[in-house]
Amino acid sequence: MEKKIVKGDHTNPVISIRGLKKSFEDYHVLRGIDLDLYQGENLVVLGRSGTGKSVLIKIISGLLKADEGDVEVLGSNIAHITEEALQALRIRIGFSFQNSALYDSMTVRKNLEFPLVRNRKGITRKEIDTNVETVLDAVGLLQTINQMPSELSGGQRKRIGIARTLILNPEIMLYDEPTAGLDPITCIEINDLINEVQERFNTSSIIITHDLTCAKQTGDRIAMMLDGQFQRTGTFEEVFDTNDNRVKPFYDYNFIK
Amino acid sequence: MDTAASSTPAVRKKKSKLWQTITDFFVSLYNINKFILRFFREAFMPPFELKEVMRQCYEVGVRSFTLITVTGFIVGLIFTKQSRPSLSQFGATSWLPSLVSIAIMRALAPLVTALIASGKVGSSIGAELGSMRVTEQIDAMEVSGTKPFKFLVCTRVLATTLTIPILSTYTGFIAMFGGYLNVAQNEGTTWSTFIQEFFDPLTYTDFVASLIKSIMFGFTIGIVGCYQGYNSAKGTEGVGKAANGAVVTAMFLVFIEEVIIVQITSWFR
Repeated sequence: MEKKIVKGDHTNPVISIRGLKKSFEDYHVLRGIDLDLYQGENLVVLGRSGTGKSVLIKIISGLLKADEGDVEVLGSNIAHITEEALQALRIRIGFSFQNSALYDSMTVRKNLEFPLVRNRKGITRKEIDTNVETVLDAVGLLQTINQMPSELSGGQRKRIGIARTLILNPEIMLYDEPTAGLDPITCIEINDLINEVQERFNTSSIIITHDLTCAKQTGDRIAMMLDGQFQRTGTFEEVFDTNDNRVKPFYDYNFIK
Repeated sequence: MDTAASSTPAVRKKKSKLWQTITDFFVSLYNINKFILRFFREAFMPPFELKEVMRQCYEVGVRSFTLITVTGFIVGLIFTKQSRPSLSQFGATSWLPSLVSIAIMRALAPLVTALIASGKVGSSIGAELGSMRVTEQIDAMEVSGTKPFKFLVCTRVLATTLTIPILSTYTGFIAMFGGYLNVAQNEGTTWSTFIQEFFDPLTYTDFVASLIKSIMFGFTIGIVGCYQGYNSAKGTEGVGKAANGAVVTAMFLVFIEEVIIVQITSWFR
């Protein structure tokens, strides 16, 4: 499916990051990241494995703490908010994990109900069922409602993982390697689903990947992470229109040159 | 006196390794205390995950039930059988029910139950939470605005704290039954006489001490299993370490607690 480029509202960043630094002992992963995610856009973060792409979204969602810098998400600086405020903020952010992170001991239905019943006080059984069925229908897996995660394929698990985040109607979606470990056909389906989520649920998204097909199909804007910083930002063509030895092999490998 | 040998690289390396071990010990002591305080801060604040606590109680009970039944019966039977020769030397085999009751109700039932639960329940909690940690399921709970500590840790610790005393009481009665079968076979004692002689030497202090001991054992098994699992790292290797650490640490602490409680109880007798 051809991606319709969305120009986000540049006056209204939903995520704004300035001077972000993060180290693990002597290893400096993020060395001064500046980034804005605008309302309604899909921003793809590209980079080699181990360059700190996942660390970046874990800091945005408050799973990791930054060493230095400001991370403002939906108007709140996550370094300076209380635990309760962080929890309230997290409901507005959907996080799709690389390995889906479905709860093994629960059925698909229970996986989806889990965040819902804990965050929507006074919700009725009927409303829960409607919400669960709506998001499952949106990812095209209504038939798996009573299955256990172990009975699902990799692609199905990814979709259910996305459905679980959608059930809380997030304003921001963070995708960590959404196509990793999937066959090409399933990758295309996941890419289409990411675009569908953007349109149908009006989300702003950060997609972490090193799959250029995914980047091309889903990204309105690409940010290339090199040496712990964003060195190149722009459309897909703008980012790869270069002779930079750190960028070119990326393109050549993915498109078999 | 500072000798030349004390400053060789090998000695310095040994010293720094020892220093690291001591530091690690105090760091983990600090962390486990923080973990316990967090449990008390969160467990008794709403919302209460009562349904999950009940589910965990069932899991703890079911996981250990068969093993505890068999072990309790064998402990009672063997203890009675092994004690008979010593007592019969003094013609005091009629004291067997009293001896068995004191040994079982005061010490063996809570201790055997705790050791079995450390192996069955503690390792299972450590492995389950450890695998949830390495597969990012705990992170997934956290980012979806729920409190994984409350849902995973508080419920399991409450479940072991509530269930181990029940299992311990059950072990006591099963062991009593094992003892009775042996006494009935050899001395021809009736059930009612055995029961009377079994409960005669026991005091209120014995029951209270056993109950407190079981509650502490249950809490220890739960909190150690959860601590090991919740803080596991390094992939699948970490899951194995968490399960192993849960069993070894819980058993070690159970023995220490047993010694301390026995000492304290003896002051009240």
